[in-house]
Amino acid sequence: MDTALINYTLHLADNALILGHRNSEWCGHGPILEQDIAVSNIALDYIGQARNFYQYAATLINQLPADRQHQLLSFDAAEVTEDTLAYLRDVPAFKNLLITELPNGDWAQTTLRLFLFSTWQYYCYQQLQYSQDTQLAAIAAKALKEVTYHVKWSGEWVIRLGDGTEESKRRLLLAIEELADFTGEFFAMSEYEKALLPANIAVNLDSVKTAWTNKVTGVLEEATVALPPGKWFQSGGKQGIHTEHLGYILAEMQFLQRAYPNATW
Amino acid sequence: MHNDFEQIFQDKVDKEIKIEPKDWMPEKYRQTLIRQISQHAHSEIIGMLPEGNWITRAPSLRRKAILLAKVQDEAGHGLYLYSAAETLGITREEMYEQLHSGKAKYSSIFNYPTLTWADMGAIGWLVDGAAIMNQVPLCRTSYGPYARAMVRVCKEESFHQRQGFEILLTLSKGNEAQRRMCQDAINRWWWPSIMMFGPTDDASPNTIQSMRWKIKRFTNDELRQKFVDVCAEQVQFLGMVLPDPDLKWNKERNHYDFGAINWEEFRNVVSGNGPCNKERVSARKKAWEEGAWVRDAANAYAKKKAARNLSNNKNTEAA
Amino acid sequence: MVHMKSMITKYYYGDLSEGGAGDHSIHQHTTGKESSEWPLWEIFIRSKQGLDHKHVGSLHATDAAMAIENARDVYTRRMEGVSIWAVESRHIHASNPDDAQALYDPANDKVYRHPTFYDLPDELEYM
Repeated sequence: MDTALINYTLHLADNALILGHRNSEWCGHGPILEQDIAVSNIALDYIGQARNFYQYAATLINQLPADRQHQLLSFDAAEVTEDTLAYLRDVPAFKNLLITELPNGDWAQTTLRLFLFSTWQYYCYQQLQYSQDTQLAAIAAKALKEVTYHVKWSGEWVIRLGDGTEESKRRLLLAIEELADFTGEFFAMSEYEKALLPANIAVNLDSVKTAWTNKVTGVLEEATVALPPGKWFQSGGKQGIHTEHLGYILAEMQFLQRAYPNATW
Repeated sequence: MHNDFEQIFQDKVDKEIKIEPKDWMPEKYRQTLIRQISQHAHSEIIGMLPEGNWITRAPSLRRKAILLAKVQDEAGHGLYLYSAAETLGITREEMYEQLHSGKAKYSSIFNYPTLTWADMGAIGWLVDGAAIMNQVPLCRTSYGPYARAMVRVCKEESFHQRQGFEILLTLSKGNEAQRRMCQDAINRWWWPSIMMFGPTDDASPNTIQSMRWKIKRFTNDELRQKFVDVCAEQVQFLGMVLPDPDLKWNKERNHYDFGAINWEEFRNVVSGNGPCNKERVSARKKAWEEGAWVRDAANAYAKKKAARNLSNNKNTEAA
Repeated sequence: MVHMKSMITKYYYGDLSEGGAGDHSIHQHTTGKESSEWPLWEIFIRSKQGLDHKHVGSLHATDAAMAIENARDVYTRRMEGVSIWAVESRHIHASNPDDAQALYDPANDKVYRHPTFYDLPDELEYM
C-alpha cells in the first residue's frame, strides 16, 4: 500500500484538529454567552471529524511493515492510535492548511476564517462522500450535516459584521487582509492528492474552486466587502512547511504526552 | 390586602405549587431569588475559566473533546440560569455589571487555580459533586423557572462528575508521577470543595426564611455532611486519601466526623482575596468589553435589515 | 407608555402592565441612553414528532436566524430532528394570573370533567 492515502487522510485530520483547537481557544471568552456556546460547538465538531480521520489513518499505518511505519512517522510506535498521530508528530509531519493554524484574531477574523474554510470543506466533502475509499466517504457524509451548519453560521456573521457598523466593517476588512493570502492553498493539489485522483479517492480541487469562489463572492458582496484579486498565495502546509504558529500550537497541545512518555490519560 | 397576598403566596409554597413569573410574590422573595439565581449563573460562567485553562493542553483527543463539551455545558447552564433570573425583572446586562463590579458573588471555589491535568479530575469529582448535591434538591424549589432550569442542569451534570472521577481513576492506575499528581490535586481541592456548601448553619441567618420559601431545601451543614460521607467512600476506589486527619467514621452518628474548616480562608476568598479572583473577573470583563463592537454590529445589522424589509413591503404594497 | 419602550431596558413576557396595587411584575428602569442589549427570545422545542412544542427558556439574539441557531446550540445539543420555535419575548402576551379565577372554571364546579368522578369496576383496564 502506498502512503498517498495515509497522507491524504492525515491532511484532512490535521485540518480539522488544528482548526478545532484554535476555535476552542474562544471557550469562556466569547463576545456573548450564546456565541461562546456556538463557537465551542463548532470546535467540538471539528475535533470529532479529526478523531474519525485519525482513527482511520491509524488503522492504515498499523498495516504497514515496521520500517515503512518508521519512515512515515520518524519514530517507532508499537500500536499507532489517534493520539499517537495527534500528540507525537512534530511540525514537519503535519499536513494542515496554513490558514487553520493562524491565530484567531478578533471575532471578525475568526468568523471569516471559519466561513472561508468551512465553505471549502463543504464542497470538498460533497464530493468526498462519493470517494471510492468507503471510509473517507463515510466520514465525509457524516460530517456534511454539521459543515452545512458551519457555513450558514459563519456566513451570517460575516454579513452582520460587514454590513453592521463602521467599526465592524473596518475589522472585517482587516481580517480579509490577514487571510486572503492563505486562500490559494485551498486549491493547490499536493502530490499525494494527485496520486489518488485516478482511483477516484481524493477530491479534485479544481472542481471545488468555482463553487467556492461563487459562494464566497456572494456572501462577501452581501457583506459589502470583497476578496482582493489574488496574485501570490502562501502555501506549504500540505507538505509540512508551516508558519511559525504551528510550533507553538503543538508545544502547548502536546506538552503532557511529551513530558510523561508512554502514559495513559 | 398585602397580608392576603402574602398568605396566598405562602399557601402555594407550602402546598408545593410552583410560583411562576407573573404571580404575586413578596419583594424580598423576588430579590433573594434574583441574587441566588444570578450568582448561581455567574458561578457557571466563571467556572468555565479554570477548566477552560486546560482545553488546549488536554492529553488525549478523547479528553479534549470531553472537556470542551463539559465547559460548553457550563456555558449552557449559565444561560439557563440567566434566563430564569431574567423572568424576575433583571436584565442580563445588569447581572454582568454586578459581576464585573464585584457587587455580585459567585462560587468561591473557582478562585483557585488549576495547576495540573489532575485538577480537571478533582474538579469534576469534587466540585461538580458538591454542585450536584446542592442542585438536586433545587429541582423542587418553589420558583418554577428556577426549578425547571435545575432539572435540565441536573440531567447534564452527572456526566460531568463521572468524567472527573474517570480522569482520577486513570491517573491512580498510572505511573508514579501520575499517582502523585492525582493525590496532589485532591489535597488542594478537598477543603475548598466542602467550603462550597457555605457557612455553618448557625452562621447563616438567611437559611430559615429561604427554607420557609423553599428557595433552599436543605441546610448547608446537612448537605456538607452528606457530601463528606459520599466522598469518604469514593476516595477509597482511587486508592487515595482525603487530606483530613480527623476524617473518621462515627457509628453513633452514622456519619463521618471531619476536621475543622479554615473559615478565615473562606472569608478571604469570598471577599476577593483568593488566588485567582482578579483574573477570573477581569477575564469576564475583558470578554464583555471586547465583545461590545460585535454586539453593536449585530444590533445594527438587524435594524438595517428590518428597515429594508419594511420599505420592501411598502414598495410591494404600492406597486 | 408605549413610546417609552426604547427607554425601558427590560420587559418580559409581553404586555407592559398598567401597574396597580401589588403589581411587581414589571421592572421598569429608564436609562440615559438606549441599551445595546440584544432582544430576548423565548424558545419552544418539539423533541419528537407527535409531541407539542414545549417552552424551554430564553436567550438573547438579534434576529430570528440567530435565535434559532442559538436555540439549536443551547437547547438541542443532545438531540436531532427537533423543531424549534423562537419568539421575541415582547410578542408573547400572557394572561394575568390574578384573572385566573374568572378566566378558568373553578375546578370544584365542573367536577364531571375529572376522571375520578366516575365510579367504574376495578376489573376494567386501560381507563
